[in-house]
Amino acid sequence: MPDPPLLALRGVCKRFGVVEVLTDIELEIHSGQVVALLGDNGAGKSTLVKAISGVAPAERGVIEWRGRPVHIRRPHDARDLGIAAVYQDLALCGNLDVVGNLFLGREIRRFGFLDEVEMERRTRQLLERLTRGLPDLRGPVVSLSSGQRQTVAIARSLLGDPRVLLLDEPTAALGFEQTTEVLDLVDRLRDRGLGVLLISHNMGDVKALADRAVVLRLGRNNGFFDVNTASQEQIVSSITGATENVPRRPAGREAGW
Amino acid sequence: MVKSMRAVARGAWSAVATVRRKLRAGELGSLPVVLVLAVVWITFQCLNQNFLSPRNLSNLSVDIVGTGLIAVGIVFVLLLGQLDLSVGSISGLAAAVFAVLNVNNGVPEWLALVVAVLVGTVAGTVQGYSIARTRVPAFVVTLAGLLTWNGLMLSVLGDSGTVNLDEDGLVARLTSYYFTHDAVAYGLAAVAAGVVFLVSDRDRRRRRALGMPHRSLRGILVRTAGLAVLAFAVAYLLNRFQGLPLALLIFLVLVAALDVVLRRTHYGRQVYALGGSIEASRRASIDVTWVQTAVLATSGTMAALGGLFLASRITSVSQASGSGVLLVNAIAAAVIGGTSLFGGRGTTWSAVLGMLVIQSIASGMAITDTPPALQFVITGGVLFAAVVIDSLSRRSQEAHGRA
Repeated sequence: MPDPPLLALRGVCKRFGVVEVLTDIELEIHSGQVVALLGDNGAGKSTLVKAISGVAPAERGVIEWRGRPVHIRRPHDARDLGIAAVYQDLALCGNLDVVGNLFLGREIRRFGFLDEVEMERRTRQLLERLTRGLPDLRGPVVSLSSGQRQTVAIARSLLGDPRVLLLDEPTAALGFEQTTEVLDLVDRLRDRGLGVLLISHNMGDVKALADRAVVLRLGRNNGFFDVNTASQEQIVSSITGATENVPRRPAGREAGW
Repeated sequence: MVKSMRAVARGAWSAVATVRRKLRAGELGSLPVVLVLAVVWITFQCLNQNFLSPRNLSNLSVDIVGTGLIAVGIVFVLLLGQLDLSVGSISGLAAAVFAVLNVNNGVPEWLALVVAVLVGTVAGTVQGYSIARTRVPAFVVTLAGLLTWNGLMLSVLGDSGTVNLDEDGLVARLTSYYFTHDAVAYGLAAVAAGVVFLVSDRDRRRRRALGMPHRSLRGILVRTAGLAVLAFAVAYLLNRFQGLPLALLIFLVLVAALDVVLRRTHYGRQVYALGGSIEASRRASIDVTWVQTAVLATSGTMAALGGLFLASRITSVSQASGSGVLLVNAIAAAVIGGTSLFGGRGTTWSAVLGMLVIQSIASGMAITDTPPALQFVITGGVLFAAVVIDSLSRRSQEAHGRA
């Protein structure tokens, strides 16, 4: 009996008003695997990330954590399980400094007051591991470059030692060198046994990095691929809807992979 | 001797370099308001030799307290990027509650005072909770509050209209009591400088022990010395008139305490975060409803306190309490002092600096016999300049980030 996946979605649905944006989504993230989440604009990728991270919880369907059904209703619930997310808009507070952003919502306290020294020490430690060239830790985040801001957002997600990391287009705003840096980081995180869900529009990145690919189309699953064996054409045609391979899976769900 | 002089110069130089870096990044802080204050003081001193007299400055320091306390509450609300229009009415309501309870119904002063302040807290809490739950902008909800609390105050005062407070009572003495002994003002100035030094030095030692970048001892000494010079100059000036006013002491202690709350506690961090990005705060699992309610409650409490000090200054409460330019002055003080209208930037000290500017203009106009019409125009001009500087510094900060 193989280990149950770290995180599994079974028939997850989400609607905004009368519009069903996610319908019967199936997804599994295993330890030490990078799963690429692909799809055209408006396919529901970001919504799915927000459903998993508790920002916009799903209405129906089951989310399983290590084979056990769990309820994720608030960002707090996801964080407690060990799920961290880096959102497309980064969700940073521009007026706070790097340290303040990293520890937002989980500040370290000492005698009831914020322990800035300890928080800065840990920030420094974490950022030194992630990147060369530390940004100014005490200036407001709004005056950092977009690459530095991206680093801060990723660093924040890693702070609580998560088991599953959701990355929503982490390289979209980055230059070549920084993109390589982020992708190297994702690679290292996989080696450390994290499960990573990576949203990306860059097929090159996906081919280079991901183990499996899940395609969404119009809020539904539209294909599961093993990135190493599937051809780029197969995946792209699934994204664009050239092939409507709506998964009709037996009880084994994703077992066929 | 020469060596230590050189060391001091180097410390001062590194401080100047930091300031220059911050200026270029658009973090102006309180520099513009200090410049404005200097211009105002020099101008009026040229027009009338009595402007910078100990007597006038001492009176000025008591006059800023009532509205200044209200402005401190406004700073909290501005940090959220919101506006509280009800503080004037709440201050009037609190003063009326105190006067009616104490003078008309014989409730002990301390109890009436506590009840009056709590009335402000409750009024603020009600508004804050409504804002958080309905997600209606605060200025609309507090506009409704402005009318409601004002009506409530009129009904509390009833037919009497004006209530005169006990001239020797607790509240009257809030603004009439002076620590006449010279040692009090000097002692407190020394304590303040000492505390600042000890706190910064402890921070430096901890950082050095952990091998983290830290301020130099020299830098801390220069900073503390600057602060000490300022504190002792104020103490000297106040002692040349009647000594340290109790009202000023309470004001400064409250401002310092709330500054620590904002910058060094979990609650304060959440207030800044909400002002920066409400969505980011929500995703960091901050309880937005709770923080918004708490901020408006703080603002209501400070408004009530300010109202009591204003009533104390004229030892009476009337139907006009809390009306007129009070609200405008309180908001203007916070903004002139450097708190951003866009939320997320500012400290409680901006209320002190902004209030000093506004009250200096008022006082200078009074002793130079300038018509009040001109006073409004000039205060309006300063406020406009403050808003423009705020907006420009915000834009320059963002441009700095893109570069």
